[in-house]
Amino acid sequence: MAKKLLIPLVVFVALVGFLFAGLFRDPREVPSPLIGKPAPAFTLAQLHDPAKTLGPTDLKGQVWLLNVWASWCVSCRDEHPLLVELGRAKIVPIVGLNYKDEPAAGLKWLAQNGDPYSVSVVDRDGRVGIDWGVYGVPETFIVDKAGAIRYKQIGPITVEALQTKILPLVRELQKS
Amino acid sequence: MIPELGQFSLILALLLAALLGILPLAGAQRRVGAWMALARPLAAGQFVFIAFAFGCLTASFVANDFSVLNVATNSNSQLPLHYRIAATWGSHEGSMLLWLLMLGSWTAAVAARSRHLPDEMVARVLGVMGLVAFGFLLFVLLTSNPFERLFPPAADGRDLNPLLQDPGMVFHPPLLYMGYVGFSVAFAFAIAALIGGRLDATWARWSRPWTTLAWSFLSCGIMLGSGWAYYVLGWGGWWFWDPVENASFMPWLVGTALIHSLAVTEKRGTFKAWTVLLAICAFSLSLLGTFLVRSGVLTSVHAFATDPRRGVFILAFLALVIGGSLVLFALRAPKVGGGGRFDTISRETMLLANNVLLIAAAGSVLLGTLYPLFLDALDLGKISVGPPYFDTVFVPLMTPLVFLMGVGPLARWKRSPLPELWQQLRWALAVSVVTALVLPFIAGTWKPRVSFGLLLAFWIVASTVVNLLERGRGVRGGVLVQLTRQPRSYWGMIVAHLGIAVFIVGVTMVKGYEIERDVRMAVGDTITVNGFTLRFDGTTDVRGPNYRAMRGSFDVSRNGAPFTTLHPEKRLYNAGGQSMTDAAIRKMLTGDLYVSLGEPVEGDAWSVRVYHKPFVTWIWAGFLLMAIGGLLALSDRRYRVASRRDEAVLPGGATAGN
Repeated sequence: MAKKLLIPLVVFVALVGFLFAGLFRDPREVPSPLIGKPAPAFTLAQLHDPAKTLGPTDLKGQVWLLNVWASWCVSCRDEHPLLVELGRAKIVPIVGLNYKDEPAAGLKWLAQNGDPYSVSVVDRDGRVGIDWGVYGVPETFIVDKAGAIRYKQIGPITVEALQTKILPLVRELQKS
Repeated sequence: MIPELGQFSLILALLLAALLGILPLAGAQRRVGAWMALARPLAAGQFVFIAFAFGCLTASFVANDFSVLNVATNSNSQLPLHYRIAATWGSHEGSMLLWLLMLGSWTAAVAARSRHLPDEMVARVLGVMGLVAFGFLLFVLLTSNPFERLFPPAADGRDLNPLLQDPGMVFHPPLLYMGYVGFSVAFAFAIAALIGGRLDATWARWSRPWTTLAWSFLSCGIMLGSGWAYYVLGWGGWWFWDPVENASFMPWLVGTALIHSLAVTEKRGTFKAWTVLLAICAFSLSLLGTFLVRSGVLTSVHAFATDPRRGVFILAFLALVIGGSLVLFALRAPKVGGGGRFDTISRETMLLANNVLLIAAAGSVLLGTLYPLFLDALDLGKISVGPPYFDTVFVPLMTPLVFLMGVGPLARWKRSPLPELWQQLRWALAVSVVTALVLPFIAGTWKPRVSFGLLLAFWIVASTVVNLLERGRGVRGGVLVQLTRQPRSYWGMIVAHLGIAVFIVGVTMVKGYEIERDVRMAVGDTITVNGFTLRFDGTTDVRGPNYRAMRGSFDVSRNGAPFTTLHPEKRLYNAGGQSMTDAAIRKMLTGDLYVSLGEPVEGDAWSVRVYHKPFVTWIWAGFLLMAIGGLLALSDRRYRVASRRDEAVLPGGATAGN
């Protein structure tokens, strides 16, 4: 048997190996380089009371969520009812990062759709978003008691993500 | 009751496919005539039961039977009848059933149209197709049962994805699958030839019409898919290099190579092993495409439900079918032997170069499609490969291919002196260069890329004209009389090659001169794009059968004179609450005016997309011409004469079941 006739077979076997490995991975899961790192610091004005500010240091000692949202963001409407429910359950404080938005438009949006946030802060020019590695709205981060980022959800929160990933991790972090 | 009948019918089809995959193949090996003769009736029976099952699913959709899970998730009582029928293949389960229906049809067609073939060959070809059908029937029955019941039944269905509620979607999947699955015939012929050790010019002649037919269907399917993306996705793109699109494009590229190399094998008896390998590859890529789409290993705008069980099943099946074929190829190909000799400059060499370029193109599409998967599997990070990669790789590969397209058909078999070719083609070259340089000035601005694209297109046209003149030269009766005597297969080639030229013109002009404006428009606002002035006259509420819509009204005038009115819509579907953009397009030979509604901004203002797409229709016209070329070649006399002559020689041959 001529060896060169085996080339197609060898190429194909390698391909099948990769395809098999690919079956057990989620192509939508994008890792964040910030996982496990301290949450980037910021001091931003609060949406409802611009005279007051808030930053990660103010939240040390508790587990909290940072949810990046904007009034212009269409997918935010998808996840919003879930966030409102989560906020009402008072399981974990949710800080809203109002990203590249007009504060007036943001306030109006919250009045219309419900306000799940303990506090919303205003990141008008998106500088904090850059530090946190935000590249699409909405995104949601889980920050632990020591102030380190433990999880990042890209895109809207789904019921499945909430039940299988976010809530279990929050409970585990709250216990430690 | 009907769904159960459908499922039962599928089980019967599975049993028949198992028999078809075993008995005729064994019969051909042991020379048992009776077993071989079973091939045709089994193929016919398998087709009948698959078709019946498909009919049952369609009936459930038409009757709004929401106790069937598949109907409840993909249809709705408000859905119009034609979309309820199309919804049969709108889901994963339904589209796999469509796949099977196509495979069953091709198998039955081969059974019916193979009377002139030796019994052994027929038995092996149908047997191989039976094995493939068995694998897919098992897949459908085990992992993707379209007839699963829902208890208690849903009050109403969840509705068909609005993106799929479009006339293009009614025809796109069937045509695409006809093409995909049609390559199984060439594949089965290749495997049968490898098993039987009979690989010669007659084998190539038998495979050719089937391959050409499948390729023509695939061309039409790709064309409809691209057209659908253009007016349904609402942003005027016609090709996105999305994994699912690539999955249909790779078999097309390899199929194109196969058509050309089959010609060499038939005419000259060479390239035999290569042709067999291409036949295996074309179908393998169809299977791979099915795997990529169905397993969800890649992210794509075509979001389908994914289930790892399905992925593992198809992958195992893929490994078995393709791996087995490649082992058989490695074992048997050395016995195939070489063919006639040929010179460095000859039609054979040019067709070989054509093949190499097409395979390289298919390979680079495969690499680009799977690269994110490779990196992820090796833990090297997550990336996505986009249009820049494909554009960069594709143009350098297609340029020499187009050049060869001009020279190849004029070159002689075996040996073709260069001076003679130069003599014939120098005027074609000169004419195309001059036209390509001058024409962009007339269009407005001269751009090097436009000029280059047009050069390729005009080169094809000019060299085709030379070819036509050469064919008719020096014979009594003049060029026209001589041309009318040319066989249809010759005309098929001419039309298909001109199709490429038309396609290139479309792509070049769109890429070079398209104008895209995303603007905010309040009532009364106007915008001027390429001589067309559009005035936004506000929106009105309209009701469709299963949706409510805001219909915009745009008054269009051209250079001041009234021209037309366009009505793009923003639809909100009642059942799922999903919204959809329905673009309004005014088609013209020299370009489309394209308007779609974005989002309402404030008050009565909307964000509006206004595009001018010059010559965009030519892209699809080119593909249509290629498909027509394929069908012309298929209707060539010699295929019909060959089958009729053989029937006369073998009266009442093995025709049981027909």
